[in-house]
Amino acid sequence: MTSSTTVRTRRVSGAFIAAACAALVISGCTSNEPREDEGAATGPVTATENDEAGDEVVIGFSAPAADHGWMGAITNAAKAEAEKYEDVTLQVAEGTNDVNVQISQIEGFIDQGVDAIVLLPFDGAALTEVALDAMEAGIPVINVDREFTSPFAARTTVLGDNYGMGVSAGTYICEQLGDNKDAVVAEIAGIDALPLTQDRSQGFEDALSDCGLDVDARVAAEFTVESGEEQTANLLSAEPEIDAIWNHDDDQGIGVLAAIENAGRDEFFLVGGAGSSNMMEMIQSGDSVVQATVIYPSTQAADGVKLARLIAQDKTIGDLASIGVPRTVQLFAPVVTADNVEEYLPIGFES
Amino acid sequence: MGGLVLALLLLCVVGIATTGGRFATAGNITTLLALAATTGVVSIGMTFVITAGGIDLSVGSVLGLATVWASTLSTQYMAEDYGWWVMVVTALAVGLAAGLVNGALIAYGKVPAFMATLAMLAAAKGLAEIIAGRRTQLVEVDPFLDVFRADVLGLPMIVWIFVVVAAAGWFLMNRTTFGRRTVAVGGNPEAARLAGIKIKRHTLYLYGLTGLTAGIGAVMMLARTTAGSSTTGTLLELDAIAAVVVGGTLLAGGRGTITGTVLGVLIFSTLTNVFILNNIDSSVQAIAKGAIIVGAVLLQQWFASRERATST
Repeated sequence: MTSSTTVRTRRVSGAFIAAACAALVISGCTSNEPREDEGAATGPVTATENDEAGDEVVIGFSAPAADHGWMGAITNAAKAEAEKYEDVTLQVAEGTNDVNVQISQIEGFIDQGVDAIVLLPFDGAALTEVALDAMEAGIPVINVDREFTSPFAARTTVLGDNYGMGVSAGTYICEQLGDNKDAVVAEIAGIDALPLTQDRSQGFEDALSDCGLDVDARVAAEFTVESGEEQTANLLSAEPEIDAIWNHDDDQGIGVLAAIENAGRDEFFLVGGAGSSNMMEMIQSGDSVVQATVIYPSTQAADGVKLARLIAQDKTIGDLASIGVPRTVQLFAPVVTADNVEEYLPIGFES
Repeated sequence: MGGLVLALLLLCVVGIATTGGRFATAGNITTLLALAATTGVVSIGMTFVITAGGIDLSVGSVLGLATVWASTLSTQYMAEDYGWWVMVVTALAVGLAAGLVNGALIAYGKVPAFMATLAMLAAAKGLAEIIAGRRTQLVEVDPFLDVFRADVLGLPMIVWIFVVVAAAGWFLMNRTTFGRRTVAVGGNPEAARLAGIKIKRHTLYLYGLTGLTAGIGAVMMLARTTAGSSTTGTLLELDAIAAVVVGGTLLAGGRGTITGTVLGVLIFSTLTNVFILNNIDSSVQAIAKGAIIVGAVLLQQWFASRERATST
């Protein structure tokens, strides 16, 4: 008769073997390769004589962790842009939301002696000091999206227009709702603690008050799908009749749409934000509540790389009368509707 | 238990009073229950672990990992070919596997539960981010969505899943030897061992159970948000622990109540719902939640000391 220890060992190892087999089986299911080749979408192509090869430059690139589609698109677009130029070597630091780690990444670039740094700081204020150090060491810094607190910390700043985004969304809603002064307008914001969310909300409010409307209900999600779904479910519960909704971000928009479908409501139209391919495709098909979205370019970092190359090679930006590269480039926040969606689809990002 | 029901009723009364009946509409009650369902399922599993004197901090990340794994393109293609159950099995298997790893580390590796599950929290999140490529994965398997987003008898499917899991959990805790062993292990591990209970194996099963409920929660989340993401389930473990503790299960172990957990989950969901309907800042909500947790534990301790005083 086998001793109880052996039986127990056998039972336990049996459980482990079963678990291991299951693990092996399901480990086959982690690939994200699409079955058909989806055919990569490319951005609009405009080539100038600036694109001809010049001096070799090494550009250091640092951005926050790509934990949502927009940020992932930022990094991918920057890498793709750098690959178009044979004279550019892009050093990409691992994406991180830890300010300390990002500071040490920039210090590493300074030590290395790169020719330029493109930096999308997790927090503009926190990274200002190290950017100043880089500038003093003779390395031009291109600040992307989240602004430093000192004008000396960057040679050039590439910004989206958060306030303008809100204005674009508010203006579009004003145009659509016409003279209906009793229209119920709702807002689904992103992370409230970020200054950019406050800017967007302010722009939205200002544009709405211009035509006599105001924000009747507002909830704040966290740019994630789960929070978008939860907050929207609550919003729909609280407001039985809505005429228009502005959702700040298309990544959380996936959750927003899920909640809208769950509740079976469609008496309103939805305006998105940021410009994901997902939303643009819905606008194109026209069979959901999504009527428009406001672009917050995910090509900012790619612009930063292009400008960094021009600065490092001492070239002048094309199409302008003045010499050199501008100090600030603030990108426009256009509204994408069914009329112009074809134009903007190439720069949509995958959620 | 009576106290919890009273608290819940009080919240409902406040809800109706402050929102003029909007609280009591069928639509709002459904929203409330749907909000409670996923946390509820995970809390049921957590009840068992806490009753046994342990804790599981990884359920949120494991849930996120399971949603990601079950919604990768390869899993979805397989689901299109063979049926939507592929996604369900994947989510459950991932949850169970993670739970068993936790259990093995705690029972046989003698790693404290706090540390082992904290490590799993970090590891599962990282793995989820790698698999998803830090993107959101949309669920496009229509049969899966049709089944799990359906309304049965007026309530969403996920609410029914919560009901079934709660009933099964109650049965497991109160009517099986598994439940009795769990209480024994939590109350007095040494006595339990001397009584012949195989503590290590039982611990393994307990954490496997929590992992399994995380997997079930993942299926529900996939249906609710139609997407798999590594950010889903963040901080869910804190909500689950709060619900379990408010429900009357002792954090130190030795007593567990599934009914209490269910009431705890409902109390928090009702609170959130009433706050939203009244447009109150979410930060105020968070403070209220903290106050309720502390209040509940203090009350429990007070009742326990009174019981001890009167029983001697």
